[in-house]
Amino acid sequence: MKTTFKKIAIEGNEAAALAFKQVNPDVVAAYPITPSTEVVQKFSEYVANGEVDTEFVPVESEHSAMSACIGASAAGARVMTSTASQGLALMWEMLYIASSLRLPIVMTVANRALSAPINIHGDHSDSMGARDSGWIQIYSENVQEIYDNIFQAVRIAEDPQVRLPVMVNFDGFITSHSEEILEVLDDDLVRRFIGEYKPKYSLLDVDHPMTMGPLALFDSYFEFKVAQAYAIANSLPVIKKVGREFGDLTGRYYDLIEKYHTDDAEYIIVAMSSTCGTVREVVDELREKGEKVGLLKIRVFRPFPLEEISNALKNAKVVGILDRSIIPGSFSGPLYHEIVSGMYHLDKRPIFQPYVYGLGGRDITTEHIKNVFTQLQEIEKLGRPKNLIYIGVRE
Amino acid sequence: MKEMLEIRWHARAGQGAKTASYLLAETALEAGKYIQAFPEYGPERTGAPMKAFTRISDKPIRIHSQVYNPDVVVILDKSLIGKVNILEGVPSDGIIIVNTTQSPEEIRKQLNISDRKIYTVDATGISLATLGRPIPNTPMLGALIKIIPIISLEEVLDQLKKKFEGRFRPEVIEGNLQAIKRAYEEVKGE
Repeated sequence: MKTTFKKIAIEGNEAAALAFKQVNPDVVAAYPITPSTEVVQKFSEYVANGEVDTEFVPVESEHSAMSACIGASAAGARVMTSTASQGLALMWEMLYIASSLRLPIVMTVANRALSAPINIHGDHSDSMGARDSGWIQIYSENVQEIYDNIFQAVRIAEDPQVRLPVMVNFDGFITSHSEEILEVLDDDLVRRFIGEYKPKYSLLDVDHPMTMGPLALFDSYFEFKVAQAYAIANSLPVIKKVGREFGDLTGRYYDLIEKYHTDDAEYIIVAMSSTCGTVREVVDELREKGEKVGLLKIRVFRPFPLEEISNALKNAKVVGILDRSIIPGSFSGPLYHEIVSGMYHLDKRPIFQPYVYGLGGRDITTEHIKNVFTQLQEIEKLGRPKNLIYIGVRE
Repeated sequence: MKEMLEIRWHARAGQGAKTASYLLAETALEAGKYIQAFPEYGPERTGAPMKAFTRISDKPIRIHSQVYNPDVVVILDKSLIGKVNILEGVPSDGIIIVNTTQSPEEIRKQLNISDRKIYTVDATGISLATLGRPIPNTPMLGALIKIIPIISLEEVLDQLKKKFEGRFRPEVIEGNLQAIKRAYEEVKGE
């Protein structure tokens, strides 16, 4: 059933704050940081105006923000927060505790470069650094997706089969501070979709006393970590199911990945977040000229949807993998590592070319993307990938 | 109108270029268009040169890169001419609208160009008269929609009322409405 919804023009951060408001969580503990500040700022207005029932905890640092979220979530509350860059870095040790305690916290991250040099603009260094922290990571292409992903994140995090924290990522400034069109859902529909949160375990449930986070040494720690690894792997079908249900309600369907003209494509670009929109423009233009090119968008990076990605890429000739973060001392960015090692055992696989682009908000244009597609054809003739290529850097 | 219209706003921080770029986008949305608007964030301080952008299209806007070849350039502060390259990437048939008391011919001489279309309007004078303060953003929007009638004057006035209501005093809103109308009437081409 598709109904029409009100369309408004709104910035990414404000759309996130609006989604927070409609979720109406029990607790939000947060510390503002550029380019995520407006999420907390706008949400605190909703709190001050009495438009939400949330207990808002303005803390003194991001480390405290995540600590307060963990405490509240362990007590059985529906909890949300928001951060970016240095703020996420300061949360580091608490991120691991949130996921290991299986706490369904939802956090937005307006992806931003890490210092030094100080830079407030968008890249994926912050969330890619947190890729091993046990959080589910979803990446948003535009303002609408930020908003839609937040509701889905609540459902995924709280699903009894999952019970894990979810990070909803979007590109700092490029999406967080860009005004775009948003289809706003009715409060009732949101409430029906996310449902009421009934925690399976709660520290405040005195009839069922329990311990969280006790000492577990070599006799049991390993089992806890493997159980956690199974849990996040098992979230894949839940993420797919939630994306389908969301689509049935809104007309906007979500999956782990999105294939854009990849089925018969010889040359494919793999990208995440806002860059995918720019790649789509180029794919359309080149398709009109008869070139067999496509885009594979990675929406969910954790858990890594290897099977879907393999199936989408295996018949291509050359694949260019675009990482918006850098690993000094390695031969590529993290997305390249995951895809290439995951597909290594296939009998038939394309040539994979690593790229790093857009660090510190460096713009990526349609000309850059066209150039990548040209390079992919050259690499096919060469028969092997070149060393890591930096897009748009002065060397 | 070509498939996508791209507008670049040049101003000094504090002159309201972001508000104008958003107001235009929001009005175009009301008129059934697809939109995108964003400022360029550098070291933010009042008075520093800044840019803002608006994209308007009949089709969904998916691109997320900056604007390099604007169809229209709106200059809220004439003192930026010579300080920043306001002509950068503007095609030969591009449109330049300047807030100044000078004529388009005088601006053309100053820019030392023979192509592009140049328009001028005294937006600072208009805002001083209608608002008592030199905030040239809303009158420049009035001038813009006269030259590029993607949306009507009435649509802009309605949207401004909606956006400003509750945020500003009624006389400020009325002053802005008057400023838009006057600039719409007074903008001059060659």
